Amino acid sequence: MLLELEARAEPSRLMAYLSPLLAVVLTLIGGLIVFAALGKDPLQGFQVFFLNPVKDAYGISELLLKATPLMLIAVGLAVGFRANVWNIGAEGQYIVGAAAASGLALYFVESESAMLLPAMVIAGAVGGAAWASIPAFLRTRFNANEILTSLMLVYIAQLGVSWLVHGPWKDPDGFNFPQSQMFGDSALLPMLVEGTRLNFAFVMALGLLAAGYIFMQRSFLGFQMRVSGQASAAARYAGFSASRTIWIGLLAGGAAAGIAGMGEVAGPMGQLTEHVASNYGFAAIIVAFIGRLNPVGIFFGSLLMALLYLGGEQAQQYLNLPSSISKVFQGMLLFFLLGADVFIHYRLRLAGKKS
Amino acid sequence: MTTHTSPPAETGAGALRLEMRGIRKVYPSVVANDGVNLAVRPGEIHAVLGENGAGKSTLMKIIYGVTAPTEGEMRWEGQPVAVASPAHARGLGIGMVFQHFSLFETLNVTQNVALALPGAPDLKALARKIEEVSSRYGLPVDPRRMVHALSVGERQRVEIIRCLLQNPRLLIMDEPTSVLTPQAVRKLFETLRQLAAEGCSILYISHKLDEIQALCHTATVLRAGKVTGTCIPADETPASMARLMIGKELPVCEHGTPSGAGEVRLRLAGLSHACDDPFGTDLKDIHLDVRSGEIVGIAGVSGNGQQELLYAISGEEPLAEKYPVQICGVEAGRMTPDQRRSAGMGFVPEERLGRGAVPRMSLAENALLTAHASNDMLRHGMVNFAAVEKFSDACIRQYNVKCGGTVAEAKSLSGGNLQKYIMGREIMQAPRVLVVSQPTWGVDVGAAAFIRQSLIDLRNRGTAILVISEELDELFEVSDRIAVIAKGRLSPSKPTAETSVEEIGVWMSGMWPGAEATGEVRHVA
Repeated sequence: MLLELEARAEPSRLMAYLSPLLAVVLTLIGGLIVFAALGKDPLQGFQVFFLNPVKDAYGISELLLKATPLMLIAVGLAVGFRANVWNIGAEGQYIVGAAAASGLALYFVESESAMLLPAMVIAGAVGGAAWASIPAFLRTRFNANEILTSLMLVYIAQLGVSWLVHGPWKDPDGFNFPQSQMFGDSALLPMLVEGTRLNFAFVMALGLLAAGYIFMQRSFLGFQMRVSGQASAAARYAGFSASRTIWIGLLAGGAAAGIAGMGEVAGPMGQLTEHVASNYGFAAIIVAFIGRLNPVGIFFGSLLMALLYLGGEQAQQYLNLPSSISKVFQGMLLFFLLGADVFIHYRLRLAGKKS
Repeated sequence: MTTHTSPPAETGAGALRLEMRGIRKVYPSVVANDGVNLAVRPGEIHAVLGENGAGKSTLMKIIYGVTAPTEGEMRWEGQPVAVASPAHARGLGIGMVFQHFSLFETLNVTQNVALALPGAPDLKALARKIEEVSSRYGLPVDPRRMVHALSVGERQRVEIIRCLLQNPRLLIMDEPTSVLTPQAVRKLFETLRQLAAEGCSILYISHKLDEIQALCHTATVLRAGKVTGTCIPADETPASMARLMIGKELPVCEHGTPSGAGEVRLRLAGLSHACDDPFGTDLKDIHLDVRSGEIVGIAGVSGNGQQELLYAISGEEPLAEKYPVQICGVEAGRMTPDQRRSAGMGFVPEERLGRGAVPRMSLAENALLTAHASNDMLRHGMVNFAAVEKFSDACIRQYNVKCGGTVAEAKSLSGGNLQKYIMGREIMQAPRVLVVSQPTWGVDVGAAAFIRQSLIDLRNRGTAILVISEELDELFEVSDRIAVIAKGRLSPSKPTAETSVEEIGVWMSGMWPGAEATGEVRHVA
């Protein structure tokens, strides 16, 4: 008996929401197979990877900490993605935001002003947005594809930060490690829960999710961007500016990524190092799509992705698996999501059977 | 258009060229054909009449082997056949000229024809054969020309010649006249009559009653996938055939008398614009005034600058200068579409899905698309969804839009209902100038009459209206004045009462008094 795909009369709304869940289930099954193939007990692997990270309050606080930058970046990206503005370079915008905030923290390292943190948030946002403005300019002025330009700018940002921490910003008392000086206390985000690393950035992320929801669902500008994304000729007919859509889409993603970068250096890291990024900017793209470009979905998508990060760390420690196991899971998740999305437009049926 | 060749004599059922019995075709969301019977005799010009969506095209696709019927039997010259593919159909002797042409623009005429023939024909011999067929049937076409340089009428001739080279015994013509001038239509009819006299059967698909009366021996009428009658068009009136086609009386428009020319609301003052698209049309020095309380119609064969003109008037294609487009006295050439709306202009584009409306958005959201400046829809940049809902609901009720309410997606509506909604949305904003392109294209007869009446009512309330249409009948029905666009130039306008279809037809080929004698004419019939 052969199965074949048959186009649906119209896209299934149920499948649109079910497909991320299906992808998660398939990723879990795929994970079990990967563990078995690596000679580990699949059930033990499952427990170490998915249950151990959240078995206590501290674990959950770490989960929220990891999810914070993902939420911030993904909600910013969703604004652009909904308008068909494909910012793939959030990683670079995150790094530049982190560097801009670090610059302030290092310049005012002795300061005790309460204004330093808000200024760093702004610096992070402006830094990320400035980095994103380059692809926006190139796209609106020369019609250069923002997928390529934003992605290429990631590597420039990485090398730029490398240069900073190897050169002008290197901690003089840092035993020649490529990292900046530790920030002063007034440049560190306050903790939310005593004894954990969960900090104020999580609150900012929730705030930005809410703001993103209002912008995308309730504001006229958000409506215009959705129109641009779905039907560019209709946007033109209505008189909505195409270049404004591109600018907003990229700047929103850049600013949110920059704030995420600031949250990382002023939060768990407390300094600028080469390893500031840890791939959040790319993982957030998957989060945005797992969450169906909807802030509520992004919230849960970030938690899932954070669990994959933590699970990967646990698997390194307790199962002796390489660190790339996290990326394998991320890849499986995106692969299964794209695969499951086929069922939004198609359904399976037995070949040869007339409907 | 009265020279009838007499219908072929009655013959026994065994002599039928094509017979379709109980054809049923089911698509996932619709039954396109339901128990359709059709019988075509040799040498007969047989009309298949029906509104958009009645199932005409599906039936033809089944005959031509593009799609298989769910149920039913097809007999070709008495033998049962299941046509597996268009190639199979051509092998049997069935040719089809599609409504949307299937020619390669970057190849010349001979090469295009060669592609449809089996094997690798000798191109020189083929070119000679094309010339032979083209002169024999009065279808002038140069086999050496590139297709992209041909007019729509010429492309149609290439399609017909391509079919004729295979000596078909049945030729299917799908809405062939929608792209032709009245003169070209008459030429085409002569060709078809000649073919029929030589014994070729012709299936002629159309929704234009006068053409069917002038040309066809027999008509099979479809409505909602079913045959509602078979008749001899010469014995019927347009009204009686319309009853079979739409199931009720043909609605008529109350035109009324124009209130007389008011002040100029829309002025085109030397509008010229070079088109970016190499296959588009450049607009050249267009002058036109549209006054309060009148409807001005712009006729023309498709592809002569109509789209470019609407783009330039609406602001979707911004101009370099301000003066060529003036809305209510304001020079608007460099304004964006929403600025032009604020200046008092509304416009309805010919593409409804994707331009006039966002397919996957609800009707309410589609109201917001252009009506956002009115009715308190926005507050501090936030959408007031209650007001949007109210506007959308009022539009649905006032314009009889059949739909699943304000939450229905635009793409779920039929063409006619979506057009009524878009027209309603623009009219409810009380525009001082309304520009409408192809107001009833692809719309069923009932909705078309309603839309035309809405335009006339709006004119009577003092709005200046510009209608760009390729349907001459429609322009003569609604317009107070008519002008013609050809090759991107606009003719002077003439009061509708003082002109005729014949005269406008001549103008449509670019030959109006005072037209540049040197100007190459795009469509000579």
